[in-house]
Amino acid sequence: MDFSLTDDERLIQDTARQIAREVIRPRAAETDATSTFPHENVKQLAELGFMGMMVAEEFGGAGLSTMAYALAIEEISAACASTGVIMSVNNSLVCHPLEKFGTADQKARYLSKLATGEWLGAYCLSEPDTGSDAARQKTIAVKKGDRYVLNGTKNFITNGQVADLYVVYCMTDAAAGHRGISSFLVEAKTKGLERGAKEKTMGIRGSSTCQIILTDCEIPAENLLGTEGEGFKVALNTLDGGRIGIASQALGIGAACLHDSTRYANERHAFGEAIGQFQAIQWMIADMATELDAARLLTWQAACAKDAGRRYTMEASVAKAFASRMAVMNADRAVQVHGGYGYLQDYAVERYYRDAKVTEIYEGTTEIQKHIIATGLLKS
Amino acid sequence: MNFELTDDQRLLRDTVRDFLEAEVAPHVEHFEKAGTLPREILTRLWSELGLGGMVIPEEYGGIDLDAVGYCLVIEEMARVWAALSITVAVHNSVGAGPIVQFGNEAQKKKYLPKLATEWIGAFSLSEPVSGSDAAALRTTAVKDGSHYVLNGEKNWVTTGGFADTYVVMARTAPDKQKGISAFIIEKGTPGLSLTKTEEKMGLKASETRSLVFQDCRVPAENLLAEEGMGLKIALTLLNSGRFGVAAQSIGIARAALEASIKYARERETFGKPIGQHQAVGFMLADMHTKLEASRALAWRAAWLKSAGKPFAREASMAKLFASEASTFITHRAIQIHGGYGYVRDYPVERYYRDARVTEIYEGTSEIQRMVIATGLLKEAGA
Repeated sequence: MDFSLTDDERLIQDTARQIAREVIRPRAAETDATSTFPHENVKQLAELGFMGMMVAEEFGGAGLSTMAYALAIEEISAACASTGVIMSVNNSLVCHPLEKFGTADQKARYLSKLATGEWLGAYCLSEPDTGSDAARQKTIAVKKGDRYVLNGTKNFITNGQVADLYVVYCMTDAAAGHRGISSFLVEAKTKGLERGAKEKTMGIRGSSTCQIILTDCEIPAENLLGTEGEGFKVALNTLDGGRIGIASQALGIGAACLHDSTRYANERHAFGEAIGQFQAIQWMIADMATELDAARLLTWQAACAKDAGRRYTMEASVAKAFASRMAVMNADRAVQVHGGYGYLQDYAVERYYRDAKVTEIYEGTTEIQKHIIATGLLKS
Repeated sequence: MNFELTDDQRLLRDTVRDFLEAEVAPHVEHFEKAGTLPREILTRLWSELGLGGMVIPEEYGGIDLDAVGYCLVIEEMARVWAALSITVAVHNSVGAGPIVQFGNEAQKKKYLPKLATEWIGAFSLSEPVSGSDAAALRTTAVKDGSHYVLNGEKNWVTTGGFADTYVVMARTAPDKQKGISAFIIEKGTPGLSLTKTEEKMGLKASETRSLVFQDCRVPAENLLAEEGMGLKIALTLLNSGRFGVAAQSIGIARAALEASIKYARERETFGKPIGQHQAVGFMLADMHTKLEASRALAWRAAWLKSAGKPFAREASMAKLFASEASTFITHRAIQIHGGYGYVRDYPVERYYRDARVTEIYEGTSEIQRMVIATGLLKEAGA
C-alpha cells in the first residue's frame, strides 16, 4: 500500500497543471461560447506527448502508465472539459485498441500519427437507435473481394468533425448477434464517409460531436481491426479503459467546482461575514471535497489495477459511476454556493454544471455501470 | 500509488477473520440478545491474538500494529460483531493510546503491559452537558497535596462497566481550552461510581455507562503529560480514532452487503432471483460502490498516519463518508430483505441499528464537516 505519487507521476501532474492553467483555461470560456474545436490546445498537448500517453515509445507514444494518464486528464479537464474528452477519446478509445488489437502494418500506418497528435482519432459505436444496447448494431460491413463496404449511421461521435481516423463498429454477421460485430479503421478521406451537422450539446461544446454517415463506404480489408466477430470484445475492452479517462475528466470538473467555490465563499459576504463562515456553505464544501477525494481514490484504484495487468472492469465501472455522480453533485453545489452569479456565464461554474452531466452518460451510462457491477457481485 | 495489501497484512486479516468466524460468530446473536459481552472473549483476543496491544510498543508487551493493520482488524471484527469491534477499538485507541502517546515512563511501565495482556481500558470525555463542544466540560480536578480530587459526571463511557482503567478529562483551570487535564483512573478508586447503563438502539452487547466522581482522590502521578494538556490529548486521540470508526462502519456495511448478495441470489420473485431485477441489482451496485469508496478513504488516512504524514482531514473524510455510507448500505440491506429484514431472524436488522451510531460517536458527521470545510477555506484564500 502506498498512497503517494511517484516522482514521475508528480512531474506529469505538474506539467499538465501548468499547461492547463497557462494555456487551456484562458481559452475555455471562448471554446464553450463559440462551440469551437480547440485545435491549438490539441496541438500543444501533442507536443507534450499527451495525445498518446500510454502508447509505447516505439510507436511515438509517451509510454506512460494509466495512473499518469489519469492525473493528466484530471488537470486538463479542470481547465476545459471539452479538451479533456478530446484527449481521452484519442488516447483510450483509438490509440489503445489500435495498439492492443492492431496488426504491425496498421500500427505502422496509423498509430504513431495518432500518438504524436499529427492525426486525431474518433470512436464510432453508438447509433441513432443503439446506445447502451451496443450489440444491436445496424451498421453493416459486407466483404467484397479485398474490401469491405460499410453502410449505416453512427451517432454522438466525439471529435467527429475533425478526426482523421475513425474506429467503426459494424455488423459483419447479423445472425451471430454480438459475436457478429467487427471493428474497422476508416480514414476520414474515404469516399462514402460523411460528417453530419455538429450536435448542439448542453456542454462539452468544443468536442465537435456529430453523426458519421457511411454510404457504400469502401475500405481495404486490411483495415479490419482484430478478427471478424471480435468487435464486441474490442469495444468492451476499449471502454474499460475509456471509463478511467471519463472518471478522470469528472475528477477535473469536480475539482474545479471545489476550487472556485472555496474562493467565492471566502470573498462573498452576507449578514456581516464571509459566506464560508456559514455552516450551510461549509457543509456543501465538506461534501464536495470528501466525495471528490473518494472519487479520485476509486479512479486511481482502477488505474493501478490496469497498470498491474489485472482485470479491472468492476473497478473501472465503480470509478466511472461514482466520479460522474460526484461531478454532477459538485457542479450543482458550486452553482448553489455562487447563487445568482452561478447562473451566469460570467462564472465558470455555469459551464461546469453543463459539462458535468455528460459524464453520467457517455462511455457507458451510470445504468450500464450499475448493471456491470451488480452482475459482477451476483456472480462472485 | 498502490492499493495492495502486503502479505503480512493479508495474514493478519485472515488470522483475525478465521478466529472470529470459528470462535465468535456462532454466539453473536445470543450475546446481543442478552446484552452482554463476556470478558472471556476479550481475554482470548488479548492472549491468543495480541489484540489488546495493537497500539502498544513491543517493549511493553504490545504488537504495535500500524494504522492500516489496525483498520484491517477492526473491519474484520465489525463484520462479525460491531459491539465487539467498538469495545476493542476503544480499548486500543483511547484506552491504551493516550498512555502510549502521552504517558511518562513510569505510567507506561505500570499500565501498558497489563492493558496489552489482561486489562481493559476506557475513555471518558463526554458529559451530559458537553458532547461535540468538548471543551465545555464541567468535571473538576482540584490539586490537594499529592492528589487531585475529582467531582462531576461523565456519560457515554464505552465499556464503562468492566474497564480496569479510565482516561478521564477534567477541568483543572477555568480557561475553556487550556484548563483541561487528563488523568488515568483505576477501577475501584474510592469516589468513582458507575451509574446508569444506557439502553441503546444498537451495539447492545457493548456496555455504555455513566460515571460519577464524588471527591474521588487520584494520585498526582496519574496526571497524563501536564496540566492543561487534556484537550490536546483528547483531540489527538480522536483524530487517530476516526479511521477506526471508519473501519468499523466498513465492517458493518460489508456484512450487510454480503448478506444482501446472498439473499438476492436465493430469493425469487416474478420467476427469477430478485438480484436479476434492476431495482435490487442496482441497490447492490450502489452499496458496493460506496463500500469501496469508504475503504479507499479509510486506508488512505491510515496509510498517511503510518507514513508519519498529516492525516487529520483525511481521517475526518473517511469517518464522515464511511459512517454515512454504512447507514445507507444497511438501509438498503433491509430493503432488499423486505419483511425478513425487519425481523431479528436475519442479521441485517442488527446491522441497521449498529451502523447508526457511527455517524455520532468519535465526532459527529457535523464535526467532521466543520473540520474539513474550515481547513479548506483557510487554505483557499480569497
